[in-house]
Amino acid sequence: MEELPAVISTHGLTKRYRGGQLAVDGLDLTVPRGSVFGFLGPNGSGKTTTIRMLMGLIEPTSGTARVLGEPMPRAVRTVLPRVGALIEGPALYGFLSGRDNLLRYDSADPTADPRTRRDRVGEALDRVGLAAAASKKARAYSLGMKQRLGLAAALLRPRDLLVLDEPTNGLDPQGMREIRSLVRSLAADGTTVFLSSHLLDEIEQVCTHAAVMTRGRLITQGPVDALAARSRLAVTTPDTADTVRVLKELGVTDLETTADGKVTGDLPPDPVPDLADLNAALVAAGVRVRGFGLERASLEDAFLALTGEGFDVAG
Amino acid sequence: MSQAETLPTPAPRPGVLWQLGLFRSEFITVMRRWRTLALLAVLTGVPVLIGIAVKIDTNGGGGRAGGGGSGGDGGGPAFIAQITNNGLFLVFTGLAATLPFFLPMAIGVIAGDSIAGEANSGTLRYLLVAPAGRTRLLLAKYASVLAFCVVATLVVAASGLIVGAILFPLGDVTLLSGTTISFTEGLWRALLIAATVALSLTGIAALGLFISTLTNSGIAAMATTVGLLITVQIVDQIPQLHAIQPYLFPHYWLSFADLLRDPVYWDELRRNFGLQGLYVAVFGSAAWARFTTRDITA
Repeated sequence: MEELPAVISTHGLTKRYRGGQLAVDGLDLTVPRGSVFGFLGPNGSGKTTTIRMLMGLIEPTSGTARVLGEPMPRAVRTVLPRVGALIEGPALYGFLSGRDNLLRYDSADPTADPRTRRDRVGEALDRVGLAAAASKKARAYSLGMKQRLGLAAALLRPRDLLVLDEPTNGLDPQGMREIRSLVRSLAADGTTVFLSSHLLDEIEQVCTHAAVMTRGRLITQGPVDALAARSRLAVTTPDTADTVRVLKELGVTDLETTADGKVTGDLPPDPVPDLADLNAALVAAGVRVRGFGLERASLEDAFLALTGEGFDVAG
Repeated sequence: MSQAETLPTPAPRPGVLWQLGLFRSEFITVMRRWRTLALLAVLTGVPVLIGIAVKIDTNGGGGRAGGGGSGGDGGGPAFIAQITNNGLFLVFTGLAATLPFFLPMAIGVIAGDSIAGEANSGTLRYLLVAPAGRTRLLLAKYASVLAFCVVATLVVAASGLIVGAILFPLGDVTLLSGTTISFTEGLWRALLIAATVALSLTGIAALGLFISTLTNSGIAAMATTVGLLITVQIVDQIPQLHAIQPYLFPHYWLSFADLLRDPVYWDELRRNFGLQGLYVAVFGSAAWARFTTRDITA
């Protein structure tokens, strides 16, 4: 995966709005081919402005953006037929049925074959589970159904890249799960998925890579495992004091004891001790071990460590 | 990841089809709005009202035709007196009555809403990432507004013809110059007049389209376009402002009556077409310049 060219790459991408507000500041983003890329950041951090620049809707103030290897917004006409997008929620013609909405969007694409249009629209509706409501006016759709119809519009043709801005917004837990499995199956077909969200667990569940943005700047990007890799040793035991003493002797640092009888600490980096040896040492010292293992730090912890602020803060 | 899944980019097919798919979708979408149907219903109603008013007036025994339609603000041709002799004149009266306000107002609503309305509902961004192409979308939009000009004009003309045929006798047509032509030729002239009226609306259609590219609010664009129309029509009536009046888009609108002379008096008609062409060129380019460079933030 490393050697394949990036699906999205930006260099110094910057957008300053007319009011002088700096929405995106020198963004260097690389989305590897075949990844499910989580684009994280609180509301107002510049995610949507970035996506709009990638889709050629907004002209960057400076910097460059390439999508599928072509410069944007210059190559809009050749690139965008291979890209499905859901930007800032769905937008529909309320007086048209769900099916007619998709027919309209498809006829806007000059490279889409009009002969296969009806079939492709039907398949897209099937894929998002809207086939039964296809003839209903979009005005009567619930928020979740609108979201699905927006997704269907992105799936009208086989795409190389899907850009999904907050795709699970307004969906119930069941709907969220369905969207996640849809994203996974698309990714399995080889489609690169660029997924923006302010929900950390959503990114953690489906994404292979992630980037974090706050206040218009990119803080970090890379494989999700690497971002959240600060795993800590966790021992559940009634004998916390003994545990701390033994682990300290074995080189474990930053030891913490929680009230419910759990001791956590960072493993010494070099050489990394065998966990079985650590456990044996604890037992040999007479410590009663109830639970033992590595606890992976969540992306949320990583985010907090990176930004030093809560996730709900608007940038 | 499997490269077999990634399709080669199909080359965009140039030519007529490239334009027509979007235009058809655009026009159908416009015609399916309730608002459009309501506008057309109002336009249908005008000749009906005039016809009934004239009928009642003549049955009542002479006097001036009141209320129904004043044949274009006094400046218009005197078609209305002819209706009782020949129902075909209801077509001309209907067009003369709707051309100053009703028809351009309908065009202003459709043109003003064309881009701004899509921006307002957010559908504009999805059309553009489809990707419709900005120039292509603008052309499709303008073409569909022009198609609506034709439809709206034909609706008035057809309504006038049907109501005229029901309420009044049909027959040979006495032209404004006094010559008499056959009814069939009269029908041809009516069609020519409808075409002229539709062409007269291309200027305000371009103006409305330009205004529509300036804002993200469909209502604001519609109101501005219609407001401008009313302002221009008022300015066109103020004698002290006669110096600028030849440059106002509605100034030569009622020249279509010259098609009912024998020989046809082309002078003002030509000026009308030239003026409309100028407005289309100026505001069409302005709309293009604005729309192709604008940030789509809605």
